[in-house]
Amino acid sequence: MKTREQLIEDLGPRKFNRGGMVWVGFLLVLIVAGLIAYIDQLIQGQVVTNMRDYVLWGVYISNFVFFVATSFVSAIAVAALRLTNSQWRRPFVRLAEIVSLACIIMAGLTIMIDMARPDRILNLFIHARLQSPITWDVIIIPTFMAVSLLLLYFPLLPDLAILRDHYAKAKPRLRKIYGALALKWQWTEKQLRLQGRSVHLLALMIIPLGLILESIDAYLFSTTYRVGWDSSNFAPYFISGAMVAGLGALISVVYVVRRYRKLTEYITEYHFDKLGKLFNLALLVYVYFNVNEYVIPLFTSKKGESEHLETLLEGEFAPAFWAVTLVGLLLPAILTIFKRYRKPKALFTIAVIVVIGSWWKRYLIVTPTLLHPYLPIQGVPESWRHYFPSMHEWLITSATLAMALLIITLLVRYLPVISIDKLLEDQKAAVQPKTQES
Amino acid sequence: MDKKEPDNKRREFLGEGWKLGLAAALGGAALSNLKCTPASGKTETLMTTDGQMVEVDTGQVEEMHHMEPGHNVRKGIPGRKFVMVIDLAKCENALACQRSCNKHHFVTGDNAWLKIYNMQDSPDAPPYWMPTLCMHCDKPACVTVCPVDATFKREDGLVLIDNDRCIGCRFCMAACPYSTRVFNWNEPKQEFEMDIDMVHAMHSPEHAGMPSVKGTVDKCDFCPHQAVKGELPHCVTACPNGVFYFGDKNEDTVTNGDETVRLSELLEKKAGYRLFEDLGTDPSVYYLPPKDRIAPFEEGLESYNEFQSVEKPEEPTAEDAQ
Ligand code: SF4
Ligand code: SF4
Repeated sequence: MKTREQLIEDLGPRKFNRGGMVWVGFLLVLIVAGLIAYIDQLIQGQVVTNMRDYVLWGVYISNFVFFVATSFVSAIAVAALRLTNSQWRRPFVRLAEIVSLACIIMAGLTIMIDMARPDRILNLFIHARLQSPITWDVIIIPTFMAVSLLLLYFPLLPDLAILRDHYAKAKPRLRKIYGALALKWQWTEKQLRLQGRSVHLLALMIIPLGLILESIDAYLFSTTYRVGWDSSNFAPYFISGAMVAGLGALISVVYVVRRYRKLTEYITEYHFDKLGKLFNLALLVYVYFNVNEYVIPLFTSKKGESEHLETLLEGEFAPAFWAVTLVGLLLPAILTIFKRYRKPKALFTIAVIVVIGSWWKRYLIVTPTLLHPYLPIQGVPESWRHYFPSMHEWLITSATLAMALLIITLLVRYLPVISIDKLLEDQKAAVQPKTQES
Repeated sequence: MDKKEPDNKRREFLGEGWKLGLAAALGGAALSNLKCTPASGKTETLMTTDGQMVEVDTGQVEEMHHMEPGHNVRKGIPGRKFVMVIDLAKCENALACQRSCNKHHFVTGDNAWLKIYNMQDSPDAPPYWMPTLCMHCDKPACVTVCPVDATFKREDGLVLIDNDRCIGCRFCMAACPYSTRVFNWNEPKQEFEMDIDMVHAMHSPEHAGMPSVKGTVDKCDFCPHQAVKGELPHCVTACPNGVFYFGDKNEDTVTNGDETVRLSELLEKKAGYRLFEDLGTDPSVYYLPPKDRIAPFEEGLESYNEFQSVEKPEEPTAEDAQ
């Protein structure tokens, strides 16, 4: 049994310690370096990348796909668990919302980094054509962003009010900020009803929106004739991949926050075990989709397709492909079956590896296909037959990853990472279970 | 206000000129009566479409055609349906087409719009040379995916690019199965004889590459700027072997400059086909198989460069000196 003050102390905003400062500084350095590289790209043009007429999309797009995939986590962890009313979701629901919001914001940004004429971005609205999957993206990404933001914000209201009251005397400035954000929250009957309804509605919305978001992401590729993309399996394949990437990112963040904020009492081994089981399910499903994507086509692959598969299985991209498939997917899928590997530390290690694997996985979806066009690659410089990101691309890409981490870090710094209000409610219910209305 | 006067007259004149040009094209011959307007030495001040004042030699009037093409640039030339036939039996990789295309479209990058591939369909089949350009598909994959309608399909069959609208997403390049699209990764290093302001003023999807725009896509435009003058595309006239036939499907005629033939007969007689028919893109370019070739394949190897399709202005490098 924790007192209100204790809960606020444990979960509420807390100043960065030295480690936190160093971490934020590190992220800022990466972001500034990426910003400089991006300005240079604006001046010189996309020529600073290693993309060329054949590999016309590179690491920017695969990074974009990664962010979109990771943002899916709110749809699973938040909404699915909220709707099924799984009690064990409590300690990481908010973190899932935070990860999701950060990733969808960065997805929106990274796709603009790939655009060679960002100055003409308004054309996407002025001259929008509905049949282009990019237009679908222009619609779905902001929608998903808005719903994700609200899904983070509405459940936060009582907590913001708690903080407002908490800082009432000691810190008037913070009181003001949290007060403004809390929108006069007073736990009135009406407010509670309204909030409950809105959150339920948002939770209902985020699932189809997430599915649509991931599908559209897949359609960017499968609406082309390209070997390796032209697959009707692609949308479910992307959705399943998004579950893996999203849960991997969530587990990693939950573990770090738990350690850094010393929340072992709140996020217990039990929670990790549950989360690990869900993760295991996602991994196994993804293995199944990979079999459909890479093994089954081997039987009937046409010439172009088998060449494409060959570069993956034994050619230029084989080391990366096997590392991603075996270490980044198969091994984690097997290990997480066992309880031993669902302990916090082991699960964290596995999750980090899976996230890195997921990032490279997107790289392997985008690049090798572009190197196998229908007509042979001729009449262009030798170097155009290969692709590896340039310094500019690496700097800009790491900056986007750093930005996502910075958003997560700042939100964790200023918001209660677990709902204080709900914990208080749970405690009350535990003490006097009878008086609790259903 | 009185500036409008001469402008309107000019418009009328251009309208007439265009009809003349069309009449010439209907004859199927490459008439050049309009082109021969001699330089008069007199200049005139005109207002361009974006309100700039430019000095123009009155003899250059025909150059202004695509400023006021007399038809809707997005709709196309009424009643036409442009097609091309490429006779692989006659191609010996002379590269004249490519050079001419590069020159007239000011192609300065590393990837030409018109490329001649060294092709071999199966191990036992002999290799052959295959020129490719934009197929101006009737079901163009590039147009389907363009989010802003920068790439568009016209009623006369052409697929063109509005470089003032393109946002540089390169989705069209990913979608095109013929790998024909070329991106301006940097500021194009083009050189024009004319004032660059004037080039910009004349800029139109109907003359791709004039000028190319950084961060946007380029490709073969089927030379509508030639068609309105009643002339054939640059590649067609440049080819010494008469490989390219250009014409109108509605009229069922195509010409390579030397002979004018019925499209349907040509396709029937020589077993014409289209590239990747099974993809369903419905190209406007037909191929005639490399049967009874005029020259052995090997002769073309001399001029073949696997890694270059745009000749660079002489730029002596260290390796060259050795
Ligand atoms: S060849 Fe390619 S660029 Fe040309 S119309 Fe067809 S799909 Fe579009
Ligand atoms: S690169 Fe330009 S022309 Fe191509 S799809 Fe994008 S906006 Fe359209």
